[in-house]
Amino acid sequence: MGELFWILLSAMLVNNFTLHLFLGLCPFMGVSAKVETALRMGLANIFVLVMTSVCVWLLNTFILVHAPYLRLISFIVVIASFVQITEMAIKKFSPTLFRQLGIFLPLITTNCAILGYAIFNTNRGYDFLQGLFFAIGAGLGLTLALVLMASIRETSETANIPAVARNMGLVLIIAGSLSLAFMGFAGLFTS
Amino acid sequence: MRETTPREDLIRGIWKENPVLVQLLGLCPALAVTNTVPNAIAMGLATFFVLTGSSLLVSLVKNWIPSEVRISAYILIIATFVTIADLVLAAVVPLIHKELGAFIALIVVNCMILGRQEAFASKRPVGRSLLDAVGTGTGFMIAMLMMGTFREVLGSGSIMGYSVLGENFEPWIVMILPPGGFLTLGFILLAFGWWKERQTEAIRVRQWPHGVERRWRDG
Repeated sequence: MGELFWILLSAMLVNNFTLHLFLGLCPFMGVSAKVETALRMGLANIFVLVMTSVCVWLLNTFILVHAPYLRLISFIVVIASFVQITEMAIKKFSPTLFRQLGIFLPLITTNCAILGYAIFNTNRGYDFLQGLFFAIGAGLGLTLALVLMASIRETSETANIPAVARNMGLVLIIAGSLSLAFMGFAGLFTS
Repeated sequence: MRETTPREDLIRGIWKENPVLVQLLGLCPALAVTNTVPNAIAMGLATFFVLTGSSLLVSLVKNWIPSEVRISAYILIIATFVTIADLVLAAVVPLIHKELGAFIALIVVNCMILGRQEAFASKRPVGRSLLDAVGTGTGFMIAMLMMGTFREVLGSGSIMGYSVLGENFEPWIVMILPPGGFLTLGFILLAFGWWKERQTEAIRVRQWPHGVERRWRDG
């Protein structure tokens, strides 16, 4: 149990997908202007990550042992079709949730965090339960980074910023400072 | 879409619509593997190869792809080229391949490549698509080199492993760590913003040399 907890915590804080591994930067830059949308995007990501962890485990255990060179292609096909199916299912069973997620769900297909998760999971040889906790941790980490970024951007909207910095440069500098702050968590594991 | 000349197709992606520095696409590799110049070059070359290859193939087969499944078809084509690049890098430069790790596979989801297929290669003739891909790939390469040079010079005081700043230079370790990626690109974008501001200012001064409009602008 302790090991699973460390996998989750490490994926969430120390090796944060966005701030340490640069995965999922598109939503991080694109939908981080408002806290509410950022939170929703984060939740959608957690959901897709958890579902992907199941798919990846099935693929790795039953199919890819016979054809390892097909790894990348089969991952991306499974992720793309899986997101499509999820979208249809949610639309059918819960139109309210579908409306809330909106455009974010299809966008997740091309989110590198999902494919990155699948590859890291395989490289580290996690079993089913470890993979599941890794997915939850990664999703929570993405959500945390998104919400933090959105809060800072909402605050900076009313601040007096020089005209030169009113572009994505400012967002990147903020991201850099956040990333610096998150490096402090690296000490969690040395003790 | 406005008609463009072949020359425009080629040079547009290099600077004016640079994928990383202007359009902010493909940020994941641009930030993750630019901590040293050799890594940046390897990643730039791999991306260049994948982009040119898939642009060529997509524009060749575009008439046979039904539009409902075009995105999946593009991704499959891109994934095939990435697999080739991955295997070639592993065979030719195993050390760099190991250092780049998962980020080579992640070229598949580089939005810059998919974006060029959707916006250009799927609508234009083969030759033009190739020119566009070469231009955009070169632009990506330039951005990677810029980031890689900044980060390696400041972070380890060297270029391609050769010391340039002498032994007394205390390296800024932060530049080769993840925050350095964000900060470097951030400062580059701020510099661009400052440069643009100066340009518009210069035009303003040329148009109204007496500066009467100053209060209008600030108000």
